[in-house]
Amino acid sequence: MFDLQGFGPALLEGTWMTIRLSLASVALGLIFGLLGASGKTSDNRLLRGMGGFYTSVVRGIPETLWVLMAYFGTVSTMNYLGSHFGNPYLTLSPFVAGTFALALCFGAYATEVFRGALLAIPPGQKEAGLALGLSSLRIFWRITLPQLWRVALPGLGNLYLILLKDTALVSLITLDEIMRKAQVAGQATREPFTFYFAAALIYLCLTAVIMVALHWFERRANKGFVRTEL
Amino acid sequence: MTWAERWALLVEWAPQLLEGALLTLELVGIAVIVGLFFAIPLGLARASRHWYIRAFPYTYIFFFRGTPLLLQLFLVYYGLSQFEAVRDSMFWPFLREPYWCALIIMTLHTAAYIAEILRGAVQAVPPGEVEAARALGMSRRQALQFIIMPRAIRIGLPAYGNEVILMLKASAVVYTITLMDIMGVVRTINSRTYQFEMFFLVAGLIYLVVTILFTQLFKLVERWLKVEASRKR
Amino acid sequence: MKSYKKVLFAAATAMLLSVPAMAADKLRIGTEGAYPPFNLIDSSGEVVGFDIDIAKALCEEMGAECTVVTSDWDGIIPALNTRRFDFLVASMSITEEREQAVDFTDPYYTNKLQFVAPKKSDFKVDEASLKGKTIGAQRATIAGQWLEDNLGDVVDIRLYDTQENAYLDMSAGRIDGVLADNFVQYEWLESEAGSDFEFKGEPVFDNDKIGIAVRKGDPLRERLNEALAAIIEDGTYEEINEKYFPFSIR
Repeated sequence: MFDLQGFGPALLEGTWMTIRLSLASVALGLIFGLLGASGKTSDNRLLRGMGGFYTSVVRGIPETLWVLMAYFGTVSTMNYLGSHFGNPYLTLSPFVAGTFALALCFGAYATEVFRGALLAIPPGQKEAGLALGLSSLRIFWRITLPQLWRVALPGLGNLYLILLKDTALVSLITLDEIMRKAQVAGQATREPFTFYFAAALIYLCLTAVIMVALHWFERRANKGFVRTEL
Repeated sequence: MTWAERWALLVEWAPQLLEGALLTLELVGIAVIVGLFFAIPLGLARASRHWYIRAFPYTYIFFFRGTPLLLQLFLVYYGLSQFEAVRDSMFWPFLREPYWCALIIMTLHTAAYIAEILRGAVQAVPPGEVEAARALGMSRRQALQFIIMPRAIRIGLPAYGNEVILMLKASAVVYTITLMDIMGVVRTINSRTYQFEMFFLVAGLIYLVVTILFTQLFKLVERWLKVEASRKR
Repeated sequence: MKSYKKVLFAAATAMLLSVPAMAADKLRIGTEGAYPPFNLIDSSGEVVGFDIDIAKALCEEMGAECTVVTSDWDGIIPALNTRRFDFLVASMSITEEREQAVDFTDPYYTNKLQFVAPKKSDFKVDEASLKGKTIGAQRATIAGQWLEDNLGDVVDIRLYDTQENAYLDMSAGRIDGVLADNFVQYEWLESEAGSDFEFKGEPVFDNDKIGIAVRKGDPLRERLNEALAAIIEDGTYEEINEKYFPFSIR
C-alpha cells in the first residue's frame, strides 16, 4: 500500500513548503496579534474600536474565504499600489497571499491571547516602571513583553497547531504544499487513498514534533515560576 | 460594471446563494448535535483513570485534531472509493453521496474537538464538590449524573459555542467534493461572472451574519442555564 | 517615526523584488496541469501535454523564452488578469462570457462535447432517459455550463474542481456519466482506468472552439496569431497532433 510510485520526494518538498508557510504566517501573525492586543487594551476609543472590528470580522469569516480573497480579491488593489511604486503588474504570489491570509486569522485569535496575557500582568509593575522614570515604550519592551511570552505561550502554541492545519487551505490557490502534492500524486496514479493517507501521517508527525517543542519552550519560559495548582 | 448591474447580478443569483446558506447551516447543525452525542463517551473515556480506556479516545482525538478537515474529507471521499471492498460494502449507499461523506466527516471531526472540551470541563469541576457528593453517600454514577455533568456542561458551554462557530467556518471546504454550500455556489457564480471581489464579499457577509446570530443565540442559552452564576464559588 | 518609514520602505522593496522582471522576450505560459492529454503534471513535476507542446512551439516561433506556470482551473482567468502569466494555453473554449474578461486568439483546435458512461449501463442521450441521472462535469468549463443551461432541471449536476476527480467518481460509481470535451474523454477511454466505459450518443455540441487567452488589449494576441499560422503552415502543428491523436483535431 505504501508504494509512493516516485512521488515520495514530491511529498517531502510539499512538507518543506508547509513548514515554511506556517513559520512565515506565524511571524507575521504575531505582529498582527500584538498590534491588535495593544489596540484592544488601549485608552484610545478609536484604537479599541479598530481592534474589536479586526478580531470580530476576521474570526467571523472562514479561513478558506480569506485565502481565496487574498489571492483573487487583491488584484485591483495591488495593481493600484504597484503603479505608485513603478510596477503596475504587482500581484501577490500564492505564498505571499497564503501567508497574509493565514497571518490575518492567526493574528485575530492571538489578539485575544495577548490581551488576556496583558491583563494578567499586575498593573503595579507598570506603575513601578513609571515611578522609576522609564518611558512607556521601554516599560513595554523591558517589563511587559518578557512576561507576556510566558503567559501567552500555551495559547499561542495551540493557535500554531491550528494554523499548521489551515496551511492545507492554501492548496486551493495552488501553492505546492503537502495537500496539493498529495492531490496531484493521487490523481496521476489513481490511488488517492495512498497519498492522502501519507499526507495525514506527515501532518500528524509535524503536530507531534510541535507539541514536544512547545512543551520544552513552556518549561523554559516557566523557569523560576511555580504553577498554580487547583 | 455599474452598481445597477452588480445589483442585478446579486438578485439573479440570490436564490442559489440562499440555498447554499441553508445547506451550510444544515450540515453544521447536524454535525455539531450528533457530534456532541459521540463526544460524550469519548470525552468521559478520555478523562478516565485507566490508560487502556484512555488509549482509543486519545488516538481518535489526536488523528482528527492533528490533520486538516480538507484532508480528512478527501481521504474518505476520493480515497476510500479507490477500494472495491468499500464499494461493495453496506456503507457504500452512504459513502457514494458527497452529502453523507461531508456529514460523516464533519461529525467525526467536531466530535474530537467537543470530546476535548468535555474532558477539560469534567476535569475543571472542583474536586471538593465530587468529594462532598461522595461523602454524602452518592455512588460514583450518581456523582457523575447529578454533580459532575451539570457542572461540566455549564463550564464547557462557552467552548462548545465557539466550536459551533469554528465548524461553521471549517465547513467552507465541502465545496471541493461537489457540494453546493455557500462557497460552492459562490465559486460557480464566479466561474460564470468573473466578479470575484463582489461575490467573495457577499459570501463573507453571509458567514459573518450567521456567526453573529450563533454568538447571540449561545449568549441566550448561557443566560438561560445561568452559566455566569454557576461560575461563582 | 523614522524607523517606521524604514520598515515601510523595506516592505515595499521586498514586494517589488518578489515580482519577476518582465522582459519582452520572456513569457510565462499559464495552464492547469490536470487535463490529460492536453496538460498534466508528470511524476517529476514537469507540466506536459498537447497544450504545452503547442505553447512551446509558439514560443520558439516568436523567439521568446518561456516558462510554464500552473493554476487552479476556476481561478485561471483571474490568474491571467493578475499577470501571474502572460498567455493561457489550457484548452479553453471561446465563450461570450469569457470574452468579456479576456481576449482570445484564433482557435487552435475544435472540440465537441460528448457523454461517457459505463459500457454496461443503458445510458441514452435524450431528455426522457437522462431524467434523474447524476452527471459530472468540471466546474467552470463549457461542459458544466452546457449542462446547467440545457439539462439543469433534468439531471443532477455534480461540478468537480478537476476533470480527473470527475472520472475518479464515475469509476467509483458515484455518478452515472461524465460530460466533457471528447478528446479528453477519448484519452481517458484509451487508458486502463477507462476500459469499462464508452462514448454514449452523438456529440451534444460540436462547435467548441478552443483558443489561447491573453489579457484584454494585449498586443501579444497578434504575435500569437502569426506564430500559430506559421506552425500550422510548416507542419509543426501536425507533428504535435500526431503525437497525441491518430486523427486531426483542428
